[in-house]
Order: sequence, then structure tokens, then C-alpha cells
Amino acid sequence: MEPMAIAERLRSEFPEEVLQIYTYQGQTAVVVRPERIVAMLRWLRETDDLRMNHLRSLCGVDNARRKDPGLSRFEVVYNLYSIPLRHEIRLRAEVGDEDPAIDSVVELWSGANWLERETYDLLGIEFVNHPDLRRVLLPEDWEGYPLRKEYPLKGEAEWAGMTELLDKIKELDQYGFKPDGHDRNRSDLSKEAK
Amino acid sequence: MTRPIRQHLEVPVADGDGERYSLRMGPQHPATHGVLRVDLELDGETIVECTPQVGYLHRGFEKLAESKTYAQGLILTDRLDYIAAMANNVGYCVAVERLLGIPVPMRAKYIRTIVGEMSRLCSHLLWLATHALDIGAMTVFLYCFREREILLDLFEELCGARLTFSYPRIGGVRQDVTGWFIDELQRFVDIFPSRIEEYETLIDTNRIWLKRTVGIGKITGEEALDLGLTGACLRGSGINYDIRKHQPYDAYDQVEFAVPLGSEGDVYARYRCRMEEMHQSIRIIQQCIDQLPPGPIVSPEAPELVMPNKAKATIQAGRSEYGTSLIRLIRERDIFLNGDVYVATEVPKGELGFYFISDGNNRPYRMHIRSPSFIHIGALSQIARGELIADLIANIGSLDVVLGESDR
Repeated sequence: MEPMAIAERLRSEFPEEVLQIYTYQGQTAVVVRPERIVAMLRWLRETDDLRMNHLRSLCGVDNARRKDPGLSRFEVVYNLYSIPLRHEIRLRAEVGDEDPAIDSVVELWSGANWLERETYDLLGIEFVNHPDLRRVLLPEDWEGYPLRKEYPLKGEAEWAGMTELLDKIKELDQYGFKPDGHDRNRSDLSKEAK
Repeated sequence: MTRPIRQHLEVPVADGDGERYSLRMGPQHPATHGVLRVDLELDGETIVECTPQVGYLHRGFEKLAESKTYAQGLILTDRLDYIAAMANNVGYCVAVERLLGIPVPMRAKYIRTIVGEMSRLCSHLLWLATHALDIGAMTVFLYCFREREILLDLFEELCGARLTFSYPRIGGVRQDVTGWFIDELQRFVDIFPSRIEEYETLIDTNRIWLKRTVGIGKITGEEALDLGLTGACLRGSGINYDIRKHQPYDAYDQVEFAVPLGSEGDVYARYRCRMEEMHQSIRIIQQCIDQLPPGPIVSPEAPELVMPNKAKATIQAGRSEYGTSLIRLIRERDIFLNGDVYVATEVPKGELGFYFISDGNNRPYRMHIRSPSFIHIGALSQIARGELIADLIANIGSLDVVLGESDR
């Protein structure tokens, strides 16, 4: 089916939810409200002549620096594809400015589990009803969300775990761990060689 | 003198029935190309709970790419799946070309298809080598590296590098192929099918191999789709999904090839799929060599995005006017459009997708990488549950993950 036709059908099925439909480089995207995202994706997946059974990607976007006004700050983007019918569509759910949150789609695709954790980890978007929402790439005690636009490229500060580790090394140094052969410095070795 | 007893060196032993113990596998394990830790909860030898941990390599590709121009971002993709860097380069270029609407000349498309398939062979050979080694076959490892070496030599002839190529460029490729390259590639294409037979004679009738792969790590097609598996892992379960057929890019719509499918969805089926894929890659390369059209290798509409061939002659001693004008052109050219695309290509591991948002700047506003390895590792906990600990090695191997691609 033509992607535009799918988008129109989505609009007639969920008239309240669909905010905008547009096409760029032959790909059609639908901007939607986040409240009924699970219902929408289930409808796209289970309607007989759509059968969007492959969740290609799920990611978050921070629109803080985009020139386009009217966009909400955070978005979650779903790229869907139908393997039997070979058509695709993109859903962009606007999830608000402060404390972004959206329902989890793990019940539809178990593979979304890690993708949602990744989005949560890097952008701080909450996924309601996610079975195991915690950081996946960064340590548990990492502060901030690196893919947000205000987060500097070189990071904000040293990771707490790293400073702890350095302190621990300093502390251990006091005890002077020097087993045989390790306490000699270079000059000793060069004397020995002579 | 008595030595102190070291608690942490004691082997964990479960007391009585129903007692579980946990085991940390990794961060380094020969079955994984990179740094992966798997936390296991065991009941005897059976895995009750399996929690993969990634993130040890975190390099911030997406954040970095958002601060670089499109052309500069290319080199980052070399470091994704470093075993098949060329395929990643191609995927990135295809995505950026679609985003910015840059055409690619036919000759460049064919060359990219050739190098993409060579990359697939490289990756599958390394996978076969290490997968066989994990399961206990040493000879296959050495044989595979023998053939991989020829491919790496060819890459070296093509672009001077053996690991990080950056050979495809936005709008074309870096350099034209040489006569020597085509001759040697033809020689390789001629001998390689017999080499695949060699591996198969070693493995296919081997009882140990069969015992360790047949019926292990079974996933049905529906489960595989649910988990988001792609590539040979999905096709091993019988789902016919290959982006080269579904949404052809480069010259894939000009060549004929088959998509090998399995049915059982076990480790053996995934192995067979990849072996057949190697035969198909050879077929594709042969057709590309035969059909290779003449013409330019870089699109005239994207000259300043590609490193020019005549750089040396124009740079004068002590001055770098040429360099600055090049940079100025990259920065100032107004070809950047407003919009977003998701473009996927079939890399050796599965579906590599780039989601780009352009806001009219010379840099991507947002670049998201959908990498197959990341999703495959996520699926590991479901695949390994209920299996034996020894089979976990076969499972990780059969998923063919590269950790460079899973961390970003």
C-alpha cells in the first residue's frame, strides 16, 4: 500500500491522535500524540491489509535546538515495516517538554525492550509499563542524559565511579604494595645491568 | 609459611537441590568479538536467567556525529562493526545520499556492491572461524583466515587500509578500481567456492559439530520477528526478509541472487544460512565484475563532499589555501534540506539502519543507528533461557554479534 494511504487510514482510525502527515524523500511520517501509541501501533500491526510486523527502529529525539516552532521538545520515533506487504511508515510521538513519558511497546515487540532502555538511558524519556527500565549503556549512577542537546560533547563531569576508583588507588598506595621485583625503579635496573 | 586463603578464588558450589548460583561470564570471552559480560543465574548446568551487559566500549557515536559534518561522520562508521567496516560505510553513504538527495553514478554503485559483498565474505569468514573455534574446531579457524587474508589484501590494494576503510564516499567512491584488483578478485571468485566446500567437508559430517548445533537455541520465525532479529538469524527461522531484495540499494536490483532460508531456527540453521549466503555473495560479485559499467566514480553534484583526487597538485608549499577552500565549500554549500529519513541496508550481521534528521545545517541534527548487534544481544536473554551453559557459547556465536556496533 502507498505510505500516504496508510497515513490517511491511520488518521481516519485515530482522528484525535494524528497531528500532521508529511512526505520527505519518498518516506511518509505521521506526527501523533503519545497517549494512545500502543493502540495505534497494535492497529498498524494487526490490521489485515497493513500488517506492520517489523519494528525497525525506535529512538528518541531532543528538539531543543530545532528551528521548527510548534514541536514538542522530546519525540519518540518508531519506524515500522511490513515484511509480507513491503510497505513502511514512520510514527513520531510528541512526548512533551518536562518529564517526557510514553507507554512502553514491549508487549507488542519484545525486542523493543532494549531500544526503550537505550532511549531512556541516553535521552531520559520514561517508558511506562516497561518491565525492566534501567540504563543499558551507561553505569547506573551516571548523571544526566548525554543525547540531550544541552549536554556538552565532552561530558559534564567525571563519572562518580571513576573518582571513587582513583581514591581507592590512592588509599591502597599508602600500604605500599611492593612484592619482589616490583619496587625497583628504572635506575636500579640500569645499575644492575652494568 | 602458610598462604592466606583467598575466598574469591573458590569455585562456587551449589548445596543440594534447587540451589542456584550466579556466574559472571566475561567481560571478555572468545565467543564475542569485543567486550560483553553475561550475568548468569544457574541451576546446575541449566541457565535460569541470563542478563547480557554491554556498554564497556561506550564511544558516543551518535553524539559525535551530531557535531561533525556528514563527510566527517563517515569515519565513525568504520568503527561500528569493524569486522565488516566497508558494509557500514556503504550503509552510511546510502542513507546520507537519500537524506540530501545526492545521485550516485552507476559505476560507483557497482563498485560499492562489490566491496559490500566482499565485506560480507570477510565477516562471515571471521564468524565461521571463531564460531567453529568456540565449539572446538581449530582447523576451520586457520582455513578461514587463509581466505580472509586474500580479501584484506584486495581491500588494501583498493584503498590502502585493511581494517578502517572509509572507501565509499557520499556521492560515490574514493578511487577507481585497478586492473590488478579486478584480476585478483576474479581469481578469488574462481577458487572460493571450492574453499567453502573444504569447510563444509570438515564440519558438516562432524558428529561433535552436529551434536552441538542441531536443535540448540531454537527460535521460531514469529519469536525472531518479535525480538527484532534480522539477517541470517531471522532467515534461519524461515522469514524471508533481506533488504537487498525488499528495498534494493546500489546495484542490487541489477544482479540475480537467492535469499537462503532455514526452517528450524536453531544454531545449525543459522550456520547453514550464512554458508549459503557466501555462495550468493560470490554470485553477486561475479555479475558485478561482468557488468561493471564505465563512467565517473563520483557524482558531479557532490564534488566537495568527497575528497578530491588532485589534492597534491593544488596544495602549494607552506600554504593550505586549498584545504581551507575545501572546508569552506563543505560548510557553506546550501544543499542541505529539511527533513528526516530512515534508510536501512543489509550488512553481514543484519539490518543496519540510520535515522537522520536534517534541519538544513551541514551537520545531522540527529543520527540514530539501529544496529543489528545491539538488538541481537538484547535477544540473547530470551534465547539462552532454559538452555545449558555450554550451549550459551554456541548461541552467542550463532548470533554473530560485534560489540563495537552495540555500544554507542
